[in-house]
Amino acid sequence: MSLADRPLPKPMPETRHYWEGAREGRLVLQSCQACTTAYFPPRPFCPHCGSREVKTFDASGRGRLYSFIINHLPAPGYDGPFIVAAVELEEGPRMMANIVDCPADPAALTIDMPLEVTFERRTDEITVPQFRPVRGDAR
Amino acid sequence: MTRARIAIVGAAETTRLGKIPELSQTGLHADAALNALADCGLTLRDVDGIATAGHDAAEIAQYLGITPTWLDGTSVGGCSFIAHVRHAAAAIEAGLCRTVLITHGESGRSGHRGHRPIFPAMQQQEFETPYGVTLPPTRFTLPVARKMAKDGLTEEQLAAVAVAQRDWASKHPRAGFRDPIGIDDVLGSRMIAWPFRLLMCCLVSDGGGALVLTSAERAKDFPTKPVYLRGTGGESAEGPMVSQMEDFTSSRAFRTSGGLAFESAGITHADVDHLMIYDAFAHLPIYGLEDLGFVGRGEGGAFIAEGHTRPGGRLPMNTNGGGLSYAHSGMYGMFALQEGVRQVRGTSPAQAGEVKVSVVHGVGGMFSAAATAVLTSEAQW
Repeated sequence: MSLADRPLPKPMPETRHYWEGAREGRLVLQSCQACTTAYFPPRPFCPHCGSREVKTFDASGRGRLYSFIINHLPAPGYDGPFIVAAVELEEGPRMMANIVDCPADPAALTIDMPLEVTFERRTDEITVPQFRPVRGDAR
Repeated sequence: MTRARIAIVGAAETTRLGKIPELSQTGLHADAALNALADCGLTLRDVDGIATAGHDAAEIAQYLGITPTWLDGTSVGGCSFIAHVRHAAAAIEAGLCRTVLITHGESGRSGHRGHRPIFPAMQQQEFETPYGVTLPPTRFTLPVARKMAKDGLTEEQLAAVAVAQRDWASKHPRAGFRDPIGIDDVLGSRMIAWPFRLLMCCLVSDGGGALVLTSAERAKDFPTKPVYLRGTGGESAEGPMVSQMEDFTSSRAFRTSGGLAFESAGITHADVDHLMIYDAFAHLPIYGLEDLGFVGRGEGGAFIAEGHTRPGGRLPMNTNGGGLSYAHSGMYGMFALQEGVRQVRGTSPAQAGEVKVSVVHGVGGMFSAAATAVLTSEAQW
C-alpha cells in the first residue's frame, strides 16, 4: 500500500494556508494578536478570546508525546500496527499525528518523550505533518 | 419538600436484541416505540412530542403517524437520549407538549441503516481522519495511555471493568455475552488498539429502546410504577476531536454534566443506590466514577478492581453488563436509561436491592458530549 492510499484531507478556505505550508515543509500555526495564544486547528478567529486579529507563523516543529494508541485495526494505506498519537507542540496546541521512524511497540514510547515534525508527501497536492522521536544526540 | 414534576411512565427495548436482520433502523425505532407505549397503556395518538438522535426525528414521527407539537433531534452521539430526557422535561413543564416519546433504533450489526456518517464533523475529517483512525476503538482510546502514565491506571484495572460487568450480564437473560470471564481472559483476547483488547471493547448489536415521559401529576393514571426525574439532569459537550480534549486524564464534559445533575437533583453521592456509566470501552466507567466525584482522581481503576461495583458491592454499576456485555447498537445511552428505569421500578433481572436513586451518565462521540440523568422512585423528597 502506498502513502497515496491513506485518507487525504480536503483543505477548506480557512485552512488552505496550513496545507500549503505543509506542502512546503513548514508546520504553520496561528496565534492571536489580542491575547497572544497560539492555537490549532486553523480558524480565522481566536478560540480563546474571539478576536479576529490573528496571524500565521511557522512553528518550531518540536513537541512531546501527549498520548498514543497502537492501532491494530486495518486502515486504508497503512500496513500492520501503527502509532496514532496526540502531540503537544512546544507552542502549546495539540494535534493528532502518527509517530514514524519508531517501532509500533509500547516499550518504544514514553509519555512526554520529545518529538520533532517530519513531512509525509501523499500526493502532489497533499503533504501531511508527522512526528518522529528526537534522537538522543540531536539535542 | 420538593415534589417531582416529570415522570417516565413507559419504557421498553426492542422485542429482540442482538441480531435482528429482519428490521431496518426505522423498524427498530418503531418496534421500541410501540413496546414502550404498550408498557404504559397509551397509543400513538396520545403522543405529541418526539425526540430521537442519529436518525431524522421527522421521519420517525411520520413513520409512526404522529404530527408532533414538539420535536427534538439533538444528535451528539450515544448520550443524546439522556439529553432528550432533560429537554423533554423542560418542554412538558413549559407546556409545549404533554406526552413525549423518545426513540432509539440502530441496525448496528445488520447494517440496515440510512445515511452515514450521522455526525459530520469537518475538522475531525480534516485533521484526524488522515492519520488512519477509523472505527471508534482507534480514537476513543487515545487518552488512556496518558492516564496510565499520570494516574497509575493499569491494563489489569481496565480488564477488571470487563470482568465486573460480565458478572452482572450473567444475570441478564437478554445480555449478548453472559459467560463469566476473568482478568486473564480479557488480557489474552485479541489486541485492537494498544492498550485495548477485544474484551475491553463493546459488542456491536442491533436493537433499540423507547421512553414515554409526561408530567408527574398524570403519572398515577398509568399501570406502571412511575420513575420520576429528580432535577433536570445535566449535559455538556467538548467537541468531536479527541486530540483537542482539554485534559486526557479527565473529561471536562463529564464533570460539567455530572455536576449539574447532582446540583439540580439536590443529591450527594451517598444518596445514589445504583449507577449506570456508558461504557463503549473499558476506560469510560473509570473516567465516569472520577469525573462524577464518586472517587478521587486516579482512584477509579482500583475502585472497580476491588469489586465495589460488582454484584454485592457497595456501588452497583452497569448492572445490565453495559455496552461491553449487554448490547451496543452504536449509541448505547438508551440502554443505560432502560436499565436505570428497571432498577428504580425493581424489575431488573439483576436487581440491586431497593433502588431509590439511580444516576445514568452517558458519553457521546469520542468524549465529545456528555449527559446525566437522576432517576428516582420517590414522588417527593
